[in-house]
Amino acid sequence: MLTIRNLQAKVGEKQILNGIDLKVNAGEVHAIMGPNGSGKSTLASVLSGREDYQVTNGTIDFQGKDLLELSPEVRAREGIFMAFQYPIEIPGVSTINFMKTALNQIREHRGLPTLDAVSFLTLMKEKMKLVEIDQSLLSRALNQGFSGGEKKRNEIFQMAMLEPKLSILDETDSGLDIDALRIVANGVNALRSKKNAIIVITHYQRLLDHIVPDFVHVLYQGKIVKTGTKDLALELEAKGYDWIKEETSVA
Amino acid sequence: MSTMTTDIDLLDNITKNFREAKFDVAKESREDAMVKLGDLGLPTGKHEEYRFTPISKNLEKLFTWKSEKSLSTIHSINQFLIEGIDANVLVFINGTYSTTHSKVICPDSQAQVKTISKAFLEENDILNQHFNKLVSTDDAFAAMNTALWQDGVFIHVPANVTVQKPFFILHINDASQTQVIAHTRMLIVAEKGSSLSIIERFESQGSNPVFHTFTEEFAIKENAHLEYCKIQNDCGNSYQVTNTLIHQKNSSKVNTFTLALNGKLIRNNFGITIDGENCESHFYGLSILNGNTLADNHTVVDHKKPNSFSNELYKGIMDDNSKGIFNGKIFVRPHAQKTNAFQSNRNILISEAATINTKPQLEIWADDVKCSHGCTTGQLDEAAVFYLQSRGISYLTAKAMLLYAFAAEVLEPITDEKLKVYLDNLISERLHKDF
Repeated sequence: MLTIRNLQAKVGEKQILNGIDLKVNAGEVHAIMGPNGSGKSTLASVLSGREDYQVTNGTIDFQGKDLLELSPEVRAREGIFMAFQYPIEIPGVSTINFMKTALNQIREHRGLPTLDAVSFLTLMKEKMKLVEIDQSLLSRALNQGFSGGEKKRNEIFQMAMLEPKLSILDETDSGLDIDALRIVANGVNALRSKKNAIIVITHYQRLLDHIVPDFVHVLYQGKIVKTGTKDLALELEAKGYDWIKEETSVA
Repeated sequence: MSTMTTDIDLLDNITKNFREAKFDVAKESREDAMVKLGDLGLPTGKHEEYRFTPISKNLEKLFTWKSEKSLSTIHSINQFLIEGIDANVLVFINGTYSTTHSKVICPDSQAQVKTISKAFLEENDILNQHFNKLVSTDDAFAAMNTALWQDGVFIHVPANVTVQKPFFILHINDASQTQVIAHTRMLIVAEKGSSLSIIERFESQGSNPVFHTFTEEFAIKENAHLEYCKIQNDCGNSYQVTNTLIHQKNSSKVNTFTLALNGKLIRNNFGITIDGENCESHFYGLSILNGNTLADNHTVVDHKKPNSFSNELYKGIMDDNSKGIFNGKIFVRPHAQKTNAFQSNRNILISEAATINTKPQLEIWADDVKCSHGCTTGQLDEAAVFYLQSRGISYLTAKAMLLYAFAAEVLEPITDEKLKVYLDNLISERLHKDF
């Protein structure tokens, strides 16, 4: 589904990604871990098409298309979804209206008829249950005055609505208490299927107790320096990153 | 466009117009105002209150100032009416009150409606008590209007009466045949416990230049309630100066909304005197500008008595080469303790060449008050645009959504649902909202 080859990127003059190789197939969950500043969020931003990041080398193939050639909205329409670490508050735009516009532009791109108000509400109510989110929250301005947990649940609600092929969860666990973490993880698990894939970016093993990954990658100094199974996450939790840093410097 | 450059002093031309007009009512106040105008002169770019609004030089350059009647080809006003709003319609075409197009539907028991000239001829007491009492003595265009007004309407709402239908005041300036210079006027007296709603719409057509001054005075008595909406949607060669003056007595309520969309130059002098306790007032404004339009909102909120509340919110979206100007003065006089007065001016510039000049001026003499002001100017929030795009929404739709959300906030206080829908459509259309 996604093939990243030798991806290098910088922000301003600062080189952050130094040659990332990653292959994600349909049905897989990949966790990307790593110390602060290793380039995790940069990778997520590059995948979603944020303009501040300049790709200096490498390729990203998404379902046979050159992802780097696509605008952020076309990436989303093609099936990329990013759950933001810090979801933006947008006064005056309700989540419902925003989702209706988004879903219909995506459907149009995919050659599907737009949804009328009734079908949209039916779909919305079904997806709301997944993340235990209340309709009154969705009628309000997007994320405005939402708690940290509500914002993250709203991200997963949007993911459920848009049915992406590849979802990137950028530190979705940050700022969540145990209950909110469970709700968010249950939502994500309900959306897992053989047809889609998920990249989970996180600092902590605890999210991976709930969303169990097929692969765990360690990102350090802008490169994937180690790849393992979920046991690697447990090892990192117990031992920290120092041993990886040492291995890398020796290598 | 017929453009004429002249070295003849503008003031001389206006004085000549005045002498030739041979007005038959309000002669004394006209003469006084003409003297005042002579003393003040027309403001140049050096004048503090007109620094960013180069109106005088355009008046000199573009207008011939010949005393001739402007011809109009307007036969129907239907296109200017607001669908679904059943209103008392009062129409001015090129400064002249049109009895043909005007239609008062409210019964006499709800309101007395007549031209100001007629009220003068009838020696109407209410008119005599209120006419020209609120007009600032230091604004040249207010003086010009007082000297030269051609026609106007007088509305008197008796005590404890709610006028069921709004008054729709339509100013059409038709410059398709000749250039137009129009001076119009309005006086509204709302007695104790009465309630009324005013919707004003300014339109123009044709390619010759238009200069229009409009002065309106509102006496809002104890417990009275005014809903007011102004829509300025002129064509690109129209120069307009309005003076809106509102005087509030105890426990009165005033909600205003001023929407500037089109025109070459719009200058709104908006003065509220809160001369009573327990008043509540909301002043909202929105300028959505493009092309070369300049819209200048000068507002003054003067708290003279204690225990009143005022809230002012003006927003601007400036595109192309347009210019926005906001100047907001708040005075809280020494006796006006426990005043709550808030002011906010927020702007988005969406092109490199668009500008905004904003200046809050608070003068507070009382010590036990809550007052605040704030102004912000920025570009469209790119992080928000990206968030919307990341969900599959096109850049243009994302931009329209954000601008619409920014603009629509000022519509919230409008209580007339039909008017709100109409304004919402105007704003949506302008911002290319297609979702």
